[in-house]
Amino acid sequence: MAGGEVGEPLESFAAEVGADGPVAVVGGRTHWEVGGRCPEETRLVRAPAGVRGFDPADMTIRVGAGTPTEELDAALAEAGQRANLPVLPGATVGGVLAVGRDDEHALGRGRLRDALLEAVYVADDGRLVTAGGPTVKNVSGFDLCRLLAGSLGTLGLLGEVILRTWPRPAAQRWLAGPCDPTELRRSLFSPSSILWDGNTVWVHLEGHESDVEAEAELAQSLGCEPTDSPPPLPAYRVPTGALKAEGFPGNYVVQVGTGSAYVSEPVSLSEPDPAVISLHRRLKSQFDPRGRLNPGRDPLAAA
Amino acid sequence: MLPADRVRAATLERSIMGRDASIFEGGQAGPVCFPISTEEVQGCVDAARRNGRAVVPRGAGTGLAGGAVPLDEPVVVVTTKMNRLLSVDVDQRVAWVQPGMINLDLSRAVAEYGLHFAPDPSSQQVCSLGGNVGTNAGGPHCLAHGVTSAHVLAAEVVLMSGEAVVLGDPDGWAPGLDLRGAYVGSEGMLGITTSIAVRLTPNPPAVQTLLLAFDSVDEAAQTVSAVIADGIVPAAIEMMDKNIIWAVENFVGAGFPTDAAAVVIVEVDGLPGGVAAEADRVAELAVERGASVRRAADDDERALIWKGRKSAFGAIAQIKPNYYLHDTVVPRTRLAEVMNQVYEIVEEHDLQVMNVFHAGDGNLHPLLLFDRSEPGTMERVHAAGSAIIEASLAVGGVLSGEHGIGIEKRDFMPLMFSEADLDAQARLRQAFDPDEMANPGKVLPTGASCADVNALEQIPDGVWG
Repeated sequence: MAGGEVGEPLESFAAEVGADGPVAVVGGRTHWEVGGRCPEETRLVRAPAGVRGFDPADMTIRVGAGTPTEELDAALAEAGQRANLPVLPGATVGGVLAVGRDDEHALGRGRLRDALLEAVYVADDGRLVTAGGPTVKNVSGFDLCRLLAGSLGTLGLLGEVILRTWPRPAAQRWLAGPCDPTELRRSLFSPSSILWDGNTVWVHLEGHESDVEAEAELAQSLGCEPTDSPPPLPAYRVPTGALKAEGFPGNYVVQVGTGSAYVSEPVSLSEPDPAVISLHRRLKSQFDPRGRLNPGRDPLAAA
Repeated sequence: MLPADRVRAATLERSIMGRDASIFEGGQAGPVCFPISTEEVQGCVDAARRNGRAVVPRGAGTGLAGGAVPLDEPVVVVTTKMNRLLSVDVDQRVAWVQPGMINLDLSRAVAEYGLHFAPDPSSQQVCSLGGNVGTNAGGPHCLAHGVTSAHVLAAEVVLMSGEAVVLGDPDGWAPGLDLRGAYVGSEGMLGITTSIAVRLTPNPPAVQTLLLAFDSVDEAAQTVSAVIADGIVPAAIEMMDKNIIWAVENFVGAGFPTDAAAVVIVEVDGLPGGVAAEADRVAELAVERGASVRRAADDDERALIWKGRKSAFGAIAQIKPNYYLHDTVVPRTRLAEVMNQVYEIVEEHDLQVMNVFHAGDGNLHPLLLFDRSEPGTMERVHAAGSAIIEASLAVGGVLSGEHGIGIEKRDFMPLMFSEADLDAQARLRQAFDPDEMANPGKVLPTGASCADVNALEQIPDGVWG
């Protein structure tokens, strides 16, 4: 459906958000403090949940933003599909989109920010706004969906989204070993993930059975061995550039090729370009001049 | 500021820059500037501001929606002289390029490393990467690999304040809002691109190209849906209907079956095992739906099939002197239905149509053929165009898949977006450019139309490659 056609759950969500007073949307609270804490007096609302439309041949799915990622994944799995969103126990679709972290497969499967085709959100004045469109390809107007992914709900509260979906691969496997991540990336055609903690590399291969077999042999020749799963990602996300800075404490895992690294202790990052900070302020004042949406959160501080 | 030879104000140059590859006449360029550096672009913006003029960024001028058509004599900033490849990081698969670099030149320049730039608009031999960023350009191979936005990591942009700022991060991520993503596809209305960090894609080890011929458009469209529903995302799925097949065969002799109602070109690429399995499965699904299947045996045959596809626009000149290419997207599952409606609409308006388009992502490109010297033709062309847009939106489609809104579809935006939706887009504009100095009069409807939208003109050869 094109913009403007909204169902009852969205209307009630918009009414609940209303047009006044500080309000935050709560998902699964898996990343509740990313980008800062919400003041305690903030009114909390929940986005509608549930699959609203799915035609496997279109490879798009429409879901309420409050839908658990596990429920989304299960619905897609029945049709042999998946979306490029992290699937985390308890986390909601709207939550992972607002936080904007890729899952560990962004290298090969694509970025979370590119998964969002259309978003219906509640704006600061309580109106429902549709950004983007329902088709896999669309350049009609400005690309607000990219701006919403990773915005921590500070520009609008996600109510319903349409996501692009992909086929689930026939075969997949993890390997790990003390290899050189750059050499591994150069040698393999299209690994879905390469993670590196400074000593060990984890690589995920997926696709047709014979291709995965051949690529796995290649990875083994470079020092990797089959393993069950990737390492857990430490809590804080930093740009890989920050790792080049000296002496940060704790452990890290680099998500090779995506610009993200995860560290176990908070790292103080260098101040962004003043022009970038100024654009953030101006966007916030355009989209939420009264600062009522997800107060206390700052996307620039999203570590 | 710029030396005198790179600021042109002669009537001829201003008149050339008054147009792009769209149908719109009546654009009026002010001074035309050819900067060669970020500092010079900043100088152009400062000079425009001092003189109370708007600024229109322009790449190669191949846009089809009038996005680069200057309205009311703005300063036109042409980036064609900023056409260098600045750096390539082969291991990280990132290149910094200047905005005037031609799309295909980038892929040629990095071919020695086994890499390419994935977005491949049909105009890739002549369109610029800065323009690709402006329109979030697509192309046949965006089905599996994504459009321009997915391949731009960062862009240096001169804002209308005169500041230069890098949006995004060449490593792939930086904390904060995705300003990069908001900028790509903004049709020159948020700033002027002065350099771009693009993601490079490894060339696939294996490729197979199939030419499927069908007795009906319905069976062709059903096969497209069946392939996707089967869990295959080919690199490209292109469809051509009977009229265009005939024109192409007459023109280049690519060996397309002229008795077919439609042909579908499917290309699968990747590692050899998956490619072989997917090609077999595509052939099977097509045969089940009555197709005859031809598989390209080698690179030459593959090139010939693609030559047939890419010559389509040159081929139509045999039939009528003028054409108008539309660009809408419908859900893949509604393709056949909307194509049949397009045929009916065109017949009602006594026009001819050819269809050659990106079927895999539902991106229709009906090509209306006409002779503008025939009285009353233009009215019929516009009426048919509006009806096609309305038919696409009615099934849950969108206004544009890859050409953009520009002037062409600006006044159709309220058909797809509510007042609140359009207001949100205007807020993005305001945050970047509060004085609305960058490319005014495009994308967002204002109620007033400045260009002569009724003046269709033949599009130059080579625009679509």
